[in-house]
Amino acid sequence: MQLTSQIPLDEVDNIVDSYDADKQYLIQILQDITSEYNYLPEQCLRRVSKRLDVPLSEVLEVATFYKAFSLKPRGKHLIHVCLGTACHVRGVPQILDRIERTLNIKAGQTSDDLMFTLETVNCVGACALGPVIVIDGQYHGQMTQTKVTKLLEKYTSARRGKDETDKS
Amino acid sequence: MKLTSPEELEQLRTSILDAIDPDKLSITICSGTGCLACGCEALVRAFEKELKEKEIDKKVDIKTTGCHGFCERGPITVIRPKGIFYQKVEPEDVEEIISKTIISNRIVERLLYVDPATGKQITYEKDVPFYALQTRLILGSNGFINPENMDDYFAIGGYSALSRALFQMKPEQVITEVINSKLRGRGGGGFPTGWKWDSCRSAESEDGTRYVICNADEGDPGAYMDRSVLEGNPHSILEGMTIGAYAVGSNIGFIYVRNEYPLAVKNVNAAISRARSYGLLGQNILGSGFDFDIEVSRGGGAFVCGESTALMASLEGRVGRPRAKYVHTVQKGLHDKPSNLNNVETWANVPLIINKGAQWYSKIGTEGSKGTKIFSLVGKINNTGLVEVPMGMTLREIIYDIGGGIPGNKEFKAVQTGGPSGGCIPEHLMDLPVDFDELTKVGSMMGSGGMIVMDEDTCMVDVARYFLSFLKDESCGKCIPCTEGIKRMLEILDSICKGQGKEGDIEFLEEISQSIMNSALCALGTTAPNPVLSTIKYFRDEYEAHIRDKTCSAGVCKDLFEYFIDDELCTGCGRCRKECPTNAISGDKKEPHNIDMKECMKCGACFSLCRFNAVRKGSVEGVRS
Repeated sequence: MQLTSQIPLDEVDNIVDSYDADKQYLIQILQDITSEYNYLPEQCLRRVSKRLDVPLSEVLEVATFYKAFSLKPRGKHLIHVCLGTACHVRGVPQILDRIERTLNIKAGQTSDDLMFTLETVNCVGACALGPVIVIDGQYHGQMTQTKVTKLLEKYTSARRGKDETDKS
Repeated sequence: MKLTSPEELEQLRTSILDAIDPDKLSITICSGTGCLACGCEALVRAFEKELKEKEIDKKVDIKTTGCHGFCERGPITVIRPKGIFYQKVEPEDVEEIISKTIISNRIVERLLYVDPATGKQITYEKDVPFYALQTRLILGSNGFINPENMDDYFAIGGYSALSRALFQMKPEQVITEVINSKLRGRGGGGFPTGWKWDSCRSAESEDGTRYVICNADEGDPGAYMDRSVLEGNPHSILEGMTIGAYAVGSNIGFIYVRNEYPLAVKNVNAAISRARSYGLLGQNILGSGFDFDIEVSRGGGAFVCGESTALMASLEGRVGRPRAKYVHTVQKGLHDKPSNLNNVETWANVPLIINKGAQWYSKIGTEGSKGTKIFSLVGKINNTGLVEVPMGMTLREIIYDIGGGIPGNKEFKAVQTGGPSGGCIPEHLMDLPVDFDELTKVGSMMGSGGMIVMDEDTCMVDVARYFLSFLKDESCGKCIPCTEGIKRMLEILDSICKGQGKEGDIEFLEEISQSIMNSALCALGTTAPNPVLSTIKYFRDEYEAHIRDKTCSAGVCKDLFEYFIDDELCTGCGRCRKECPTNAISGDKKEPHNIDMKECMKCGACFSLCRFNAVRKGSVEGVRS
């Protein structure tokens, strides 16, 4: 994990400059920082606040209001579980439950080894495929508990493999 | 190439149309998000490879288009000009399609759609009942347009409405035309679009700045028509917005789109830069002297930002909290300037109205609601997908004739419309003609057009709880009735679902609902109780069963039923035993199995897994007795 003190802020400056340091683009700037760093590191927010001349409290208000932002580092793999109505009536609660138990994290949490972040999303608009989960931008439709377990195994076995090499 | 006059636009169109060989074979592959998720990219690559290998890649076109709407059957491939319709096409099918259909003009029967009602195979797209019963004024173009190729949009008459508006109509005439068409806002409110434009045009603005905004923050869970239009036909939105901007006197527009729709963001951005390169956005559009440009703003993922004042706050870079609308946004909206906000689908209707005229448009639909409406027909329905029908079609026609009814011989229970602000409509109202006013009368609403079908396995108390829990998370926290009221209602519903409901809970829910409806700040709050009130109204017996008998007949509320294995149906195959995460299932091979209720966590894995329907659900009491 990258320590906050080591984060180079040049990229933040570039992002801010690409919006002419105009504060009406604060949300777009935070979106771009999130895609760059995977979350919103404190130092970046301080820099944005300074560059846009917006109080840090306001930057934080925005950063905590919108679902797209996280103040904590997110995992290598981002899992989005669609909680749309169509997915709900087709049984996504059980799927989410299974993912939570398999990865041992709750929705909204990141695993300790920073491999997985589990998030819920209101609707990804792929209702025909419900229940849908999206892993790192890839859609996986018509999930069942069995299918989701197999799917996650691909990622967790890679994780276990890594642990073993770490130990040796 | 910048087009500097309407004549140049028409010349370009003529040259594009002349270059098109109407008899040339074209393989059209749906590449909307739904089909992408089914792996259509690999399919496109397979077609390209196969055509090259057979050395006919010059003779046959491959066209990737936006969403065709029949998402249930994706990936969808249509062979034009004949319009042969293949469904659920896999890369393995490509060779056969090429050698049979493309080369020797024969049909691959196993890929055809079979009408479940008649059992007959259907060859052509136009004959598939799902499409045949629709009126696809807006969605229809999706199947002919590669969103990355602007020529396709020109070929179907793109930007001719803009040219007509700019050169043959005064702004006031454009507004009159839209007023006369009686188009109502498709975002949910149903406000007359033309009158909104009129108010925006006549609103005072010191420096003359006015904004037009496209609301593409499609937050209703279960609704995705706006995404499909943005992805599949982005220029229709740009054209509609430019016409609207000309009418209200605006030079800058915004498209506020959900960041959860990456493909829509990409396609719209690409469309904007292409439109600029043709001089259809930017300064002096088509040499008319009118300037207009559009920026895309990606939302931060807050449902409340679909509300106009919250959306505008978000566009200003602030948190999306609504404000009271004593002053309308058409007078003081974005940056306190007159702002005209319309939904994606509303904008998509505008070029149609200008091209074909208000008189033509107002003939479609019902007295109070004109034109067509796109619904996303999802949930427990055979033909999941996007359907576009004239206003006034009945729920029964939409769900049974187009949607093909409920899968698995299950009983229909309700259809939910209008997203979290709407309500659940029961079986006995199935002949309701669907338009803005009729839906409101029965306690639901049009909303953005989500239509979620529910069957006997859906618990209506759980559905009400689902929507409230959604709204609790999405409440912005500004006004007390919504923030606190929804939370309290959710607590009551939670306790009912857990079997701790008590007499008087239903009445208390109704009372809180009234308070919220009377006093919440924005529409998100005032409509929040709708899912609860409509389920109480039509499914009161289910609430009562939860409270009095502690049973959930649908088998959804975990504390109110148990899983058990039917000895007579169980073959002892052992699948459930292996799959059970808590090892609660025991039994010898080929002998009926047993579930230990103490260990069972009711994940339902065994229930969905069993091929013999031997795992059953029952009320706690019923099982024990």
